Amino acid sequence: MTYITKPKLHHPTLPKNALCHTRRDYEGKISTLCAGCGHDSISAAIIQACWELNVEPHRVAKLSGIGCSSKTPDYFLGQSHGFNTVHGRMPSVLTGANLANRELLYLGVSGDGDSASIGMGQFIHAMRRGVNMVYIVENNGVYGLTKGQFSATADEGSMSKKGVKNTDSPIDLIGLALQLGATYVARSFSGDKKQLVPLIKGAILHQGAAFLDVISPCVAFNNHAGSTKSYEYVREHNDAVNRMDVIPERAEIVVDFAAGETIEVAQHDGSVLRLHKIDADYDPCDRIAASNYVQKHHAMGEVVTGLLYMDPEPSDMHSHLGSVDVALNRLGVRELSPGAEVLDRICGGLR
Amino acid sequence: MQPTDIRDPNYFHKVVDCQWACPAHTPVPEYIRLIAAGRYADAYMVNWKSNVFPGILGRTCDRPCEPACRRGRVEENNGENPEPVAICRLKRVAADNKGDVQARMPKPAAARNGKRIACIGAGPASLTVARDLAPLGYDVTVFEADPKGGGFMRTQVPRFRLPESVIDEEVGYILDLGVTLKSKQRIESMRAMLGQGFDAIFVGTGAPRGRALELPGSVEAAASIHIGIDWLASVYFGHITKVGKRVIVLGGGNTAMDCCRSARRLGGEDVKVIVRSGFEEMKASPWEKEDAAHEGIPILNYLVPKAYVHENGALVGMNFEKVRAEYDERGRRKLVPAGEPEQFFACDEVLVAVGQENAFPWIERDIGIAFNEWDMPVVDAVTHQSSLPNVLFGGDAAFGPKNIIWAVAHGHEAALSIDRLLSGLNPAERPAPAVEVISQKMGIHEWSYDNDISRDDRFKVPVLPLEKALTSINLEAELGFDAATAWKEAQRCLNCDVQTVFTDSACIECDACVDICPMDCISFTGNADEADLRQTLTAPALNLTQSLYVSGPLKTQRVMVKDEDVCLHCGLCAERCPTGAWDMRKVLMEMTHANSPCAKASHKREVA
Repeated sequence: MTYITKPKLHHPTLPKNALCHTRRDYEGKISTLCAGCGHDSISAAIIQACWELNVEPHRVAKLSGIGCSSKTPDYFLGQSHGFNTVHGRMPSVLTGANLANRELLYLGVSGDGDSASIGMGQFIHAMRRGVNMVYIVENNGVYGLTKGQFSATADEGSMSKKGVKNTDSPIDLIGLALQLGATYVARSFSGDKKQLVPLIKGAILHQGAAFLDVISPCVAFNNHAGSTKSYEYVREHNDAVNRMDVIPERAEIVVDFAAGETIEVAQHDGSVLRLHKIDADYDPCDRIAASNYVQKHHAMGEVVTGLLYMDPEPSDMHSHLGSVDVALNRLGVRELSPGAEVLDRICGGLR
Repeated sequence: MQPTDIRDPNYFHKVVDCQWACPAHTPVPEYIRLIAAGRYADAYMVNWKSNVFPGILGRTCDRPCEPACRRGRVEENNGENPEPVAICRLKRVAADNKGDVQARMPKPAAARNGKRIACIGAGPASLTVARDLAPLGYDVTVFEADPKGGGFMRTQVPRFRLPESVIDEEVGYILDLGVTLKSKQRIESMRAMLGQGFDAIFVGTGAPRGRALELPGSVEAAASIHIGIDWLASVYFGHITKVGKRVIVLGGGNTAMDCCRSARRLGGEDVKVIVRSGFEEMKASPWEKEDAAHEGIPILNYLVPKAYVHENGALVGMNFEKVRAEYDERGRRKLVPAGEPEQFFACDEVLVAVGQENAFPWIERDIGIAFNEWDMPVVDAVTHQSSLPNVLFGGDAAFGPKNIIWAVAHGHEAALSIDRLLSGLNPAERPAPAVEVISQKMGIHEWSYDNDISRDDRFKVPVLPLEKALTSINLEAELGFDAATAWKEAQRCLNCDVQTVFTDSACIECDACVDICPMDCISFTGNADEADLRQTLTAPALNLTQSLYVSGPLKTQRVMVKDEDVCLHCGLCAERCPTGAWDMRKVLMEMTHANSPCAKASHKREVA
């Protein structure tokens, strides 16, 4: 952490977005994480994505659990709503909040311990319910707040800082999310904002369960030789399947790639995700192929990144439940207490 | 781009905009930190070493440092009124509060080295030569036509800007070094001087001749028309104690400002400045124009004087022609008549401050000193030597009218030349400045400088109430900062001499510095040529006068590029760096003066 607060002075040419906010307006308090933590880069990427998409800060709810990653919502979107849950319970609180007010943008920020161990049961059910949210796991493979024990996502055979080998199988959050019905699944790396920022933007625009697994090196406990989540390892073994541009609705589409190299996927809200193929055979709309590809390449020691799967026509929890179209706090007396006549009609229907 | 060579002393010197812009290269941030720490005497001595007249300059300097100050740039689009740190007036704070510094001054040389130096004129250039050379054992004699030393600082800068006690004190420190002042001795012949056996002669006689303005009526109304600098000197000597009620000052430089403000104090009620050019192009410093405006003096522009109007020899006013500026395709300005009838302004007296000229009637043209087509001596820009190697020129006498701080800078350079010449060294070879590099890291989040950034706007220097200030020509108009305000103003300084130093081999490219930098100065990117890089950084680097700091290739083959332009030197990049690839290091640069301990070779100490 730092003793001085980040000066409010900004670059004289710092641009403003359509809401007249600068990027700096989306910042939060100064980080108390270790210097060089990957999580801080993810916070910066979230700030950049929200600024670029003209997100209104007061229409965002940030939810997190416990851990280094779960501290980070304090460091971005300082003017948004926030909720720190009990360890691992973020998905449930987020689900409840979403049920009550479906009009906010839900940003769930969690870590590999918070989601893959204590919160595992919560994580999988949020995915299978299709909660409309952006669920980001800041994945560093260790428990950084308790001196670097392996977490459940640490790769088998990877080494701890003290030289101990991990013998347990890793939990593959990408595989789980794909299997359980998440409709936007991506993996990225905190050290590559060019890839990460568009993936977050795509997830924000996606109207369904969006899951991002972001490898985020722990500089204090998991950035050494033998780690599979260090800056150096991820850079060497990064297998990016595509690069993405997010083109918001109404924006002019400028073609700068040869045909056949890109595919465009229109989203429900009118925005377009343009994917520059790096792996020519990779189809990001095929759930089963995606699952196979990720597992095959993981076995080869590669870290597959990019937009791995996307359903252009997602359905979410509210459509499953047939719940009302507006936030509950916007229902008036007439809707909440429609009167004896309506009650009679309902009762009549049940006779 | 090639990786930046930070071992070149000029690289980091240039980042310290104020010091780079100062002709004498005074280490400004260093003394501002000392002022903030209440160490006024130390701050004074840092100044004294570099610019010789801190008390005088703290009131009168032309402040080339302030327009250069980074603070003005970083406040752009961050507030109403971007302004530099009040560097000049902080210098005055050091001088006002220093206490007795006599014991810190160099002692007169214990033994003379047998070399005799003559300085002609006792202005800032000559006195700087004397100060640099006397402690080394040179026998320095300063010749001055006036009764006391100080030159135009004493006779032409009015007392309400610069009290005489300050001049006496700072000229005194130099004379106390064993310098002989031969006052009331005007040198009338260089040939005679050359015959007196001096080993070197320094000419620091200024630009003593005020330009006259011959117009219809100037002969008839001569009694009411005065040359500005001569009039100011007459005011100093007490020959002039009052002026007519209505005064016109012609000219747009700082002398014109001194004239009009003096006239206000000597009985002028309707004093106006009338200039040919536009208000913006006037040569006077903006703050001097503000001071004049504050004293109720209008400045009328685009008026070309046409005639002195008199009735039987008694001046009644002046006629002016209105003009407007036109620019040709090369951007050169031309003043063309606006086609309006001539305008008449009534006045009782006119002060002409339309320029100064050099005059060397006392230098014979057949003694080996070459003069150029403008009748100015041919002077080497670096060594200040004339075509006679042991006759040197400095200050306004060398290259025409400038200001005190330039005169001091010339004095240092000329003294260095004399010292090298008389030591058998080549004066054309100039020793590099001494550079001291010290890491400021004290602990994980502790730096030995105050890295927090003040958001205060520039503080105004308190002044005497106008009705009191205008009662006497001898009352100093500015009161100077008090200690508490000085501390706050000092906190606005960004410590630009505490440099961000990057070690590429230690960088793991985690982006922490990019994310934390409040000014978006840092980028990691593929290398390209400078023009491309400047456009593609995190924030565009459009100020071409400011350098890009480029690292060698990193592990990903990218490079780190830092735009020095608006860096706050807050040290957050170094605080957030997990590997110490960034460090904050104070780079203290001291110019080499005559016989400095390091004069023999370029010298660099590194304490990390």
